Order: sequence, then C-alpha cells, then structure tokens
Amino acid sequence: MSWGAKSMRILSTLFAGLLFGTGLILSGMANPTKVQNFLDVFGTWDPSLAFVMGGAILVTAPGFWFVQKRSTPFFHDMFHLSTRKDVDARLLTGAALFGVGWGLGGLCPGPVVTSLPFATTGVLVFVPTMLVGMSLAKFTALPSRKFVAD
Amino acid sequence: MLETEFTPFASLLGGALIGLSAVILMASHGRVAGISGIVSRVLPPAVDTKRLPQGLTFIVGLLLVAPLWFGIFGQAPVVAISSNMVLLGIAGILVGFGSVLGNGCTSGHGVCGISRLSGRSIIATVTFMATGAATVFILRYVVGG
Repeated sequence: MSWGAKSMRILSTLFAGLLFGTGLILSGMANPTKVQNFLDVFGTWDPSLAFVMGGAILVTAPGFWFVQKRSTPFFHDMFHLSTRKDVDARLLTGAALFGVGWGLGGLCPGPVVTSLPFATTGVLVFVPTMLVGMSLAKFTALPSRKFVAD
Repeated sequence: MLETEFTPFASLLGGALIGLSAVILMASHGRVAGISGIVSRVLPPAVDTKRLPQGLTFIVGLLLVAPLWFGIFGQAPVVAISSNMVLLGIAGILVGFGSVLGNGCTSGHGVCGISRLSGRSIIATVTFMATGAATVFILRYVVGG
C-alpha cells in the first residue's frame, strides 16, 4: 500500500472518530442514565436510543450498499466483511454478558472512550476494567492457550 | 432525577453522524465501525500491528471530541452516572469481556451489522438489549426497590 493511501486512511479514520464522538455526545448517548432509561421500558422510558440507532442505520445501510458497488475501498485493496452466518455459543454468551454490563452502568465502549476526557469518576473506574475484560476475552480466544500451561 | 428528556431530533441527527462515520470507514478501507473491535485490537495479547495506526487515530479522534466540545460550548454534556464504583467495575469487565467474546457491541452489531442485515448481528443486538433491559429492571426495581 502506497504512502499516500496510508496517510489518507489515517486522515479518514481521524475524521471518522471525530464525527462518531460528536454524534454520540449530540445524541445524548454519552449520558449513561439516558441509555439505562432506554432499557427501562416499564419505568422512566426514554426512547431516544432507538432514534440514534435509527438515524445511524438510515445513513449506514444505503451508504454501505453504495460504497460496496465499488470493487475496492478508496484507500485499501479489499473490503473486510464478515460472511459468518452461524449463531454459536460465543456470540450468544458474549452478547448476553455485554448486555448485563451495559445495563449495570449504562456504558459501552464508544461513549466511554468519548467521555473519558471529561474525567467523570465513574468513567475513570469503568474504562480500565473494560480494557482488562477485553484482554481477558482475547486470551480465551487465542488458538494455543499457552498461558494455561505456564 | 432518574428521568431524562426524550430528544428525538438531537438523537436522530447524532445517529446520522455516527452512521456517516461508519460509511467513511467503509469507503476508506472497507471495515465496519465497531468500537469494541477497534479498541480491543490495540490491546494485548496479539496486538494487530498492521491496523494499529488507523485504530489509534480513530481513538484519538474520539478523544478529541470532548475537549473540542468543551471549548466550543463552554460546558461538558450531562454525564449522570452511578456512584457505585464496585458496580461500575463489574460492568466494565462484563462489557469488555462480552463485547470481544461476542465480536461486537452497540456500534459493530447494533449499527453496522444491522445495516448489513447480518443475522448474527441482529441476534446479538436482540440478546444484549434483552439482558440489558432485564439488568436495569433488577437493578432498579428488585435490588434498588
């Protein structure tokens, strides 16, 4: 890959990160109570999160379709899209555990990284433990689990 | 205290920006915008060195928003968060572990996967919304009640 394509990838991901974070804050999703209220259907329900997902999908679905009419992305040699169709125990267990954690704190990866610089105490506690959880899951997915034998 | 204002327009617009960000990543280098994936790939074990630069710049972009927001609007947005640090620590472990085990979170499965009509993503999204709603119910009305 040429130097030009590499730097364009860097620029576009930086811009994408800025847009993503702005979208999260603007939509109210950086506020964990708002997220929990979406999940509290029979209590203080706030349907905003459905509008965030709806707004995103309204752009992403046609956007992806349009972009993928090209044979390759602009700054890379191929599209990397999962073609898996199997629903296995890892997917279900992972999603279920993620949901429990999401409900407990109203926090998930995008919003916590975005609101990290605001340095709210709860976010400062959540982020390191989230990173540990991610690393742990990566260990369990390693092809040879040498760390068990060690 | 617990109630939040329903914000259909701001949420729809914010969502559209998130969607635009996902389209830019797909157009630029053909990847879905899954934040748990982007963050976990820069972590040990098995750091994805090939994708490290673009992963880090995306994270830097996310991290720059808060200071820019503060600079422009002069105040931080509302972040009303639990004060139970043990609970938040457990939540962090579960969110981190679950999102990597299940190959995605609200962005990767909930936005990008559903947009691609991926069966796995639709099932994952329904699953985490169900366990999330059950958890909030238990937290607020069984334990907290």
